[in-house]
Amino acid sequence: MAIWLDEGSRICVQGMTGSEGTKHTRRMVASGASVVAGVTPGKAGQQVDGIPVFDSVGDAMAATGANVSVVFVPPRFAKAAVIEAVDARIPLAVVITEGIPVHDTAQFFQHAHNSGATRLIGPNCPGIISPGKSNAGIIPSDITKAGRIGLVSKSGTLTYQMMYELRDIGFSTCVGIGGDPIIGTTHIDCLAAFQDDPETDAIVMIGEIGGDAEERAAAYIAEHVTKPVVGYVAGFTAPEGKTMGHAGAIVSGSAGTAAAKQEALEAVGVRVGKTPSETARLMRAIMSR
Amino acid sequence: MDLYEYQAKHLFGKHHVPVTAGEVCYSPDAVHEATRKIGSAVVVKAQVKTGGRGKAGGVKLAQTPDEATEKSRAIFGLDIKGHVVRRILVTPASDIAEEYYVSFLLDRANRAFLAMASVEGGMDIEEVAATKPEALARIRVDALRGVTPDKAREIVEAAKFPAKVADQVADILVNLWTVMVDEDATLVEVNPLVLTPDGQVLALDGKVTLDDNAHYRHASHADFIDREGTDPIELRAKDLDLNYVKLDGEVGIIGNGAGLVMSTLDVVAYAGEEFGGVKPANFLDIGGGASAEVMANGLDIVLNDPQVEAVFVNVFGGITACDAVANGVLQALEMLQSKGAPLTKPIVARIDGNNAVEGRAILTAADHPLIELVDTMDDAARRVAQLAAERKARK
Repeated sequence: MAIWLDEGSRICVQGMTGSEGTKHTRRMVASGASVVAGVTPGKAGQQVDGIPVFDSVGDAMAATGANVSVVFVPPRFAKAAVIEAVDARIPLAVVITEGIPVHDTAQFFQHAHNSGATRLIGPNCPGIISPGKSNAGIIPSDITKAGRIGLVSKSGTLTYQMMYELRDIGFSTCVGIGGDPIIGTTHIDCLAAFQDDPETDAIVMIGEIGGDAEERAAAYIAEHVTKPVVGYVAGFTAPEGKTMGHAGAIVSGSAGTAAAKQEALEAVGVRVGKTPSETARLMRAIMSR
Repeated sequence: MDLYEYQAKHLFGKHHVPVTAGEVCYSPDAVHEATRKIGSAVVVKAQVKTGGRGKAGGVKLAQTPDEATEKSRAIFGLDIKGHVVRRILVTPASDIAEEYYVSFLLDRANRAFLAMASVEGGMDIEEVAATKPEALARIRVDALRGVTPDKAREIVEAAKFPAKVADQVADILVNLWTVMVDEDATLVEVNPLVLTPDGQVLALDGKVTLDDNAHYRHASHADFIDREGTDPIELRAKDLDLNYVKLDGEVGIIGNGAGLVMSTLDVVAYAGEEFGGVKPANFLDIGGGASAEVMANGLDIVLNDPQVEAVFVNVFGGITACDAVANGVLQALEMLQSKGAPLTKPIVARIDGNNAVEGRAILTAADHPLIELVDTMDDAARRVAQLAAERKARK
């Protein structure tokens, strides 16, 4: 089963004719994903590696049955691109673009929420992969294999690190939810989906400083998640008031610290690793029981 | 980017939010001149991007130009929570009848915005929220609908503003929301918003945070960048387009991906506990598809930090495979050497992921005198902390 992305996923790439879009389209295809269309306004009729390009997401969906969009459109055009995908009622839009102004994200999130048609993942995220089934985004597919661990993470490279450390056990689905202050799919959304997924036995949750998403996820776990969860939080040494790479990774006053997040997770029985490798060892112990 | 009070008030004025006039000064002489021009009692206010400046002695009332100058001398150079005062705002002293609080901020949890308002302004709002939550109204603001006159009225009523100021406050809220949207702010705060004895409501202080991602559509915001108040290494890194934050330790850090780099800082700090409290010297994320040139720029920045004793290059080869990363590190060192940079600080490298075996083989074969290869992140952190501690002890 996996969550949100599987063998039936038919991907269209918004911004496929751009350099990033083309590069990652090729990587997705190489990893076995079914990429059926590209979308670039004004470039209908062109092809990229034999994949047809359309003027709009609506056209791409009608012609190819696309049901997932991956957005590589540059920041200044990203809002319009996402709104277009939502208006075409695509079920899943994965927004890879980094550097989108947060007012734009807040508006297209609200638009997607109001429409009720589209799940957004990201922005500023590496995407989602169900190893062996499909891959929507920029997550390398050859560092792990299919298995029964679910992974949700704010960070791209920490996602890869964890996938790689546990590559012999494998993953059902890995979701990079992104490091921006406003994101479409949260830790809680992923926890809920993994809890309901019969092909997922345990969950790794990776968080980082900023906001209180991890604290809220902890409360959710206490109430709703019966599968084992191990956690990792990055940013214990981050100084107050400095943005650490991700736009959302900032400790404001006493809010958003790694220590508070670790405490909240441990208080509900989630084991939190001190380093990524220790976190992987905790998960390995659970999966070998 | 956080703004200074005078910059925030500039944006308020631009969007028709009433503020007290004022002049920003960089010297006691300028304070004298500004006070003379105002021609009445003034408030001399330290401009720092942190709270609590009143308690720290950074805000003083003065009746004459001489008194203002005298008081400003004590404020210039003052260290307020690590922020050294280099600018002072001189404003006419206002008589205050009542003090309120209003703000708009990003509501990450609800993925929307939040308006907060209180008729108990002037004090630390976190304290009000903690001790008297009922005195602080919180109203959700929809990102698409924004703050209409009706929404402003809802906020005013929720916070129980007195009838005599309701219209003025509602207007101010609508205009502050314009600041929020038109300037791409993630925080707009007025504390206090005051009522003067003659019945006028105005912003006596202001705090604005601008969204760094939106700078491309606000050319004028470049004027707000405070070069003298920014760490010189951070400035250089910014000019090279590197994602760098200066910290206060001895181990230089270079990695790819914000999360991995944050994690690297933590792992180094833990390992450093064994070696007399060695700490990370910086955050530097060179990104997913890091080229040799970006690696060279990164190494250049980190190796030139005089506090750095040893460097940890921690890369996970995902999109860029490890053999490319290994070649990039070697090319980067060659580039630096050819520019005549003195290279003496040890570099511990951990590369893992795609083609890790090939990547390690490249570094092993190169046998570079400065590079030490360690297989795991935890072991590499321990080794680099040890090297940094040894070099520090020799000084």
